[in-house]
Amino acid sequence: MPNGPSLNIPELGHFALALACCLALAQTVLPLIGAHRREIRLMATAPALALGQLGALAVSFLCLAQAAITDDFSVQNIAENSAVAKPLLYKITGIWGNHEGSILLWCLILALCGGAVAAFGRNLPAGLRARVIAVLGGTAAGFELFCLTTSNPFDRIWPAPMDGQGMNPLLQDPGLAFHPPILYTGYVGFAVPFAFAVAALLEGRVDAAWGRWVRPWAVGAWCFLTCGIALGSWWSYYVLGWGGYWFWDPVENASLLPWLTGTALVHSAIVVEKREALKIWTVLLAIGTFSLSLSGTFLVRSGILNSVHAFANDPARGVFILGLLGLVIGGSLLLFALRAPRLAAGGIFAPLSREGALVLNNILLCSICAVVLTGTMYPPFASLLFGATISVGKPFFDATAAPMAIPLFAVMAIGPMMPWKRAHLAPVLTRLWWAALGGLFAGLWAAIGLRGLLPALAFGFAVWVILAAGADIAQRIQMFRLPPSQSWRRARTLPRAALGAAIAHAGVGVTVIGLAGMSQAAHRIVEVHAGDTVDMAGYQWRLVDVADAPGPNYTARVATLVISRHGHTVAVLHPSKRTFASQSTTTTEVAIHTNLITDLYAVLGDEHRGVAGQPDTAVLRLHDNWLAPWMWLGALVMAIGGALSLSDRRIRVGAPRRATAGLSVGGRLA
Amino acid sequence: MSRSVSRRQVLMLAPLGAAAAAGVGFWSMLSGMGSGRFDPHDIHAPAVNRRVPDFMLPSQAPGTGFSSQQLAAQQAPVLVNFFASWCIPCVLEAQTLVGLAHTLPIWGIAYKDHADNAAGFVKRTGTPYARLAADGDGLSAIDWGVSGVPESFLVLPGGLIRWHVAGPLTQDNISGGLMPALRGAGR
Repeated sequence: MPNGPSLNIPELGHFALALACCLALAQTVLPLIGAHRREIRLMATAPALALGQLGALAVSFLCLAQAAITDDFSVQNIAENSAVAKPLLYKITGIWGNHEGSILLWCLILALCGGAVAAFGRNLPAGLRARVIAVLGGTAAGFELFCLTTSNPFDRIWPAPMDGQGMNPLLQDPGLAFHPPILYTGYVGFAVPFAFAVAALLEGRVDAAWGRWVRPWAVGAWCFLTCGIALGSWWSYYVLGWGGYWFWDPVENASLLPWLTGTALVHSAIVVEKREALKIWTVLLAIGTFSLSLSGTFLVRSGILNSVHAFANDPARGVFILGLLGLVIGGSLLLFALRAPRLAAGGIFAPLSREGALVLNNILLCSICAVVLTGTMYPPFASLLFGATISVGKPFFDATAAPMAIPLFAVMAIGPMMPWKRAHLAPVLTRLWWAALGGLFAGLWAAIGLRGLLPALAFGFAVWVILAAGADIAQRIQMFRLPPSQSWRRARTLPRAALGAAIAHAGVGVTVIGLAGMSQAAHRIVEVHAGDTVDMAGYQWRLVDVADAPGPNYTARVATLVISRHGHTVAVLHPSKRTFASQSTTTTEVAIHTNLITDLYAVLGDEHRGVAGQPDTAVLRLHDNWLAPWMWLGALVMAIGGALSLSDRRIRVGAPRRATAGLSVGGRLA
Repeated sequence: MSRSVSRRQVLMLAPLGAAAAAGVGFWSMLSGMGSGRFDPHDIHAPAVNRRVPDFMLPSQAPGTGFSSQQLAAQQAPVLVNFFASWCIPCVLEAQTLVGLAHTLPIWGIAYKDHADNAAGFVKRTGTPYARLAADGDGLSAIDWGVSGVPESFLVLPGGLIRWHVAGPLTQDNISGGLMPALRGAGR
């Protein structure tokens, strides 16, 4: 046993997990009974139980962290996924780099959401608050039970090995270290709108206040999900070294689906809040978004979907998950079927209005979601029903999802400029004429300069979206109509929600420009001797040498590549290959030089010994990825827009009584 | 009024119905995966339940080559096994084939291999191929729908392909797939 003093820590963690599960069960049952019987004392147990569950899970997680940091290889999970030589950062992030640990992290984040509602939801009506916390508790109890019974991270092995098997070297990367927690926060964050939806169905009432309470949670989860997806995409771009950023892999799609419905939810909740319309639809979206989050996270682990994201697949685990999903999703949809018809319909609006534009946004986003869902689920269902092996990939999604995205971009510029209830197109378009002109010019320029119609269209509409977002703000602050000092004063008092929306929309434009640019990327695979120069994309790429370099738990071969243009050195790149002895695997380390307009991207491939006195050769893959950084920059801009709208004073003081209590809703992001 | 309410209720049931249908589908996939009936990672050869493609392959030492007519003219099922000396899973599979040869004649096809290397491989591993042919350029393998080596096909008298595995034969897929297919063929 390597660590005597920590002998009981894993058992403590196991116990804390079981305790959390019991508290979560109590958190479900007691407040629900209390809310049903209107007993204040029973309802008041909800926050305390939620915080208790959070505390127990935090202890459990810390115990696992302690075992990971101190290399307690008597814990099976640590022995299988860690090793003495692994750097400390990755010992910590490795906790969620495997199935068991990631489920525990998932539970912890869910408990954090419950704790946040408990701690900061004091301004909610007692019944609604008790029910929301109860629903969160029920979901948490299910997953903690799953963790305890089929995926216990604290299982011991005897005899304990002297060293662990080590982590998949691909995961040993800062980008991936923080991708799962952020992505999970996004996934799990949608549990709160879900809980609000179920609670509203239980109460049989959805009103503007409900919309106001739900929206910040949806926006917060959406920001995290946006960042999580972008981080994952960026990781695959610079770690996997395939030169791509999105592969329409089932796991990627699984994160895209809730993002699409979540984006729809963020928008439809505005309509509930402002106009008390679309209530039933918003409730369904809240349930659907979390259902997609759940199904995506867990289908991946059941082995049904063929994916590069390999978790240890176990059909027995899958059955448990499916039962749990049936309970959570089936139960909430059954409740929806029973209660939703009785919800009162709300405000009336003309098709051409702000509401109408938001409805169109919802229709388009949900259509894209349906297409992606169909493409993702078709292969296993085709295999089940027709016995056919089919793989659905990039050609399908490019041909179906992209054409639906174009009208979305066209409309998203106009929507925010429309008044509520009833609008006319003419005044909106006159205010947007210069944005339209800019988009048209950009599109024409792209049609001449870029290959393909779709990239040119995307480019033009992206510029249109960005300019329209600018026009929206310019109009709100009356720029060029009032003196600059007055405009500035208006800008400072501008509602942050409006500013955030405009920024998020502009972020979408930036991402789309990146996507359009990336479709023009050039690449070459060459086999060269040291000293050779390759011409590509207007740059001269010269291989200087390939040398050995040591690393903490690997050995590396590092190439030195000098890139020059018109005789001036632009960058020196060091693409490398790392060989991890403990797993006998090799990873490629991509070298990227970016100037924010283009990425020069180099990958070192195989090396060949020279035959008969010839010098050695190395295979290099060279990419010139135009505008690639904009894809992720845009996602960051979107998330910043979301965060800014969260900090809006109107959200913070949205509470009926205690003006400062809702502040925390924004504070959760900080 | 009541009619519109009932239509509304049916509409609100739709999400539950869709989710339930998906759930039933997933459940049958999972139970199929548990019992081996369903494998999403499986590659279904288009050849299964079809006749063997037409071919005439030259001999590969130390055996004699064969054609599709000779294969179809057999009175008992035959296991056709694609292999190569350069394929490491084939080495692992060889032991299993030796055991299997007592119950079932195995006809080998050396896939994209040098004649000498393939002959050496068969001698080294002691694989008792009843007949042995060479598919040096791998063209016949394309007709069979071979995705890699090793790959095996159970061929019934008359030339019908009844069962197929892409990858090495193991005790699991022999007892779970090959033997039931053989019994189903009337042996």
